[in-house]
Amino acid sequence: MSHALQIEESPTTGDETITNYTINFGPQHPAAHGVLRMVMELDGEIIERVDPHVGLLHRGTEKLIENKTYLQALPYFDRLDYCSPLCMEHSYVLAIEKLLNIEVPERAQYLRVLFAELTRICNHMLNIGAHVMDVGAMTPNLWVFELREDCMNFFERMSGARMHHAYLRPGGVHQDVPEKLLVDIGDWLDNRLPELFGDAMSLVTGNRIFKQRNVDIAVVSKEDALAWGFSGPMIRAAGIPWDLRKSQPYEVYDRMEFDIPVGTNSDCYDRFMVRVNEVYESKKIIKQCLAQIPTGPIASDDRKVAPPKRAEMKQSMEALIHHFKLYTEGFHVPAGEVYVATESPKGEFGVYLVSDGSNKPYRCKIRPTAFSHLQAMDMMCRGHMLPDATAILGAIDVVFGECDR
Amino acid sequence: MTTLHSAPRFTQIDGLQATLSNAIGDALEHAHDEHGELMFRVRRESIADVLRMLRDEFEYQQLMEIAGVDYPGRPERFEVVYMLLSVTKNSRIMVKVRASEDSPVPTLTGVWPNAGWLEREVFDMYGVLFDGNTDLRRILTDYGFEGHPFRKDFPLTGYVELRYSEDEKRVVYEPVQLAQDLRQFDFLSPWEGADYVLPGDEKASTPPVDDPKVTESTKDTGAGPEADAKADEKVSAGSPAEENGGEDRTPPPEPTEDRPDRAKREGETTDTPAATTPKEVKD
Repeated sequence: MSHALQIEESPTTGDETITNYTINFGPQHPAAHGVLRMVMELDGEIIERVDPHVGLLHRGTEKLIENKTYLQALPYFDRLDYCSPLCMEHSYVLAIEKLLNIEVPERAQYLRVLFAELTRICNHMLNIGAHVMDVGAMTPNLWVFELREDCMNFFERMSGARMHHAYLRPGGVHQDVPEKLLVDIGDWLDNRLPELFGDAMSLVTGNRIFKQRNVDIAVVSKEDALAWGFSGPMIRAAGIPWDLRKSQPYEVYDRMEFDIPVGTNSDCYDRFMVRVNEVYESKKIIKQCLAQIPTGPIASDDRKVAPPKRAEMKQSMEALIHHFKLYTEGFHVPAGEVYVATESPKGEFGVYLVSDGSNKPYRCKIRPTAFSHLQAMDMMCRGHMLPDATAILGAIDVVFGECDR
Repeated sequence: MTTLHSAPRFTQIDGLQATLSNAIGDALEHAHDEHGELMFRVRRESIADVLRMLRDEFEYQQLMEIAGVDYPGRPERFEVVYMLLSVTKNSRIMVKVRASEDSPVPTLTGVWPNAGWLEREVFDMYGVLFDGNTDLRRILTDYGFEGHPFRKDFPLTGYVELRYSEDEKRVVYEPVQLAQDLRQFDFLSPWEGADYVLPGDEKASTPPVDDPKVTESTKDTGAGPEADAKADEKVSAGSPAEENGGEDRTPPPEPTEDRPDRAKREGETTDTPAATTPKEVKD
């Protein structure tokens, strides 16, 4: 863990020298969850100060988006939080749709919600597995990765891509899904997920070592959670039942019945357990989607935004022109500015979109979830032991594609 | 306007714009409601006071985001936008200020602790200064980076690129060199706002002359006396058909396929038979 030891000599008391260590945690460290560099000042094994250095994965996504048409910019969102790509696209397409004020067909809304929740399960599988591994448990990670693999296979059948789907489009979704896929997802939720996930969690949630490493670590008060801009499982673990799916429903979330798990102690264990319970809530939502999903179109019939069907293009000159215009010039979005935030698995993921009326975004500011959480690392780590830093980091659920953009 | 989209629906509070406008008072420069989202532009000097007031009296507990925007055409080119969220009233508003390179914005680190990094990011990307932020370091760009990359006049490719040098055993920075031109396609229709000058467009603005110039003979080339004199010398001799009564005596071209027989090659050849020749069946 200590790559470069730098020993600062403090004034001596005569018989013994008191020294503080300043160590580098990362940027190449398995528990840093990517490229995080933390400069830590330690007194023995107690953390006195943490200065996280982010931006090692900064790719200038927002600037690139300004140079692309609205549709061309969409795949960049998959590459932000690559563990929950669909939820990244979700905020962006909703922001465009808000500026355009176009209607999304019901089936597309259900498909979006269904796969957003599957993405949430997929994301939590990674985080839960990584978190338990950060604090020393090996087996559950391998088990939940099986489930993550299943999710990936479903995504592949949905869009053709396991990770970078580019599935959501302004006005709907890209393609309809085969009926068999929906049947298989339902079957998987009933039989495989509860069994395997339940088994894996039975090893962890009551485990003495796991609790010793997580309970009462990084306790954050409600007031602090609000002041530091926490969202998602981080704010729910602090006991605030705040979930954008419930309070500011988008798509068909207002028709879904689900509960918001909250923590009582606001420590790393609560954050972990909130995520574990969210997996079961997501399962409930997907089951309702599968039961309610109607048949019908999967994209808007506004041909100035959504492209026509391939078969239609073979017959209709107008459809051909629409297709050509959409994939060269792209569609124009009326001038204006909106801030749209959705509940991504990690918290509030927002897009502040400024349009000047042309076919490219004038400004697209992405509000990452990890940025505010990581900023509170210093506040949360102070006074804890060095090994606790990995547990705290694991409970934040940080992904640097999104944090650094 | 009826709402057709399915974006997040937060509580719309009646008369909120008027209430908050009154509360902000003199500091307010502009307020508008767009797509159900309230936007207030306030005076730069009073931003910290306004946001503190919104937090303490109007329950906007969370600062979710600070976004910078660059409008190079304006005297104060930058906008700094603050997104506030109230978890008790379930409401979102945006507050923004304008700033330039040399007019610092008061910091919010005394109001929300998470403003620190958000302000650092705006400083890093746009060069907006925040007065009172004691830790205004760069955050997302490289150590030792120069310039503010999200400004509209900063090129997309940047100025430097870096690679690992095997000779020097370290990462070296070099001026950016593109193996291929950066492709910037502009698909805007020419009649929809793109600012092209197509060849011939200038004629539209030239007024017609009263006495149009007419070419009367071949020597009126219009390219100066020297060219006129040359043109006068070159008088066309007429087409060949006129000279010899229309009869064309040019012989037909040699057939290209008819080549003289080549001498047979001497010695052993290892030519394989053509694929189309039938194979000899050996028995």
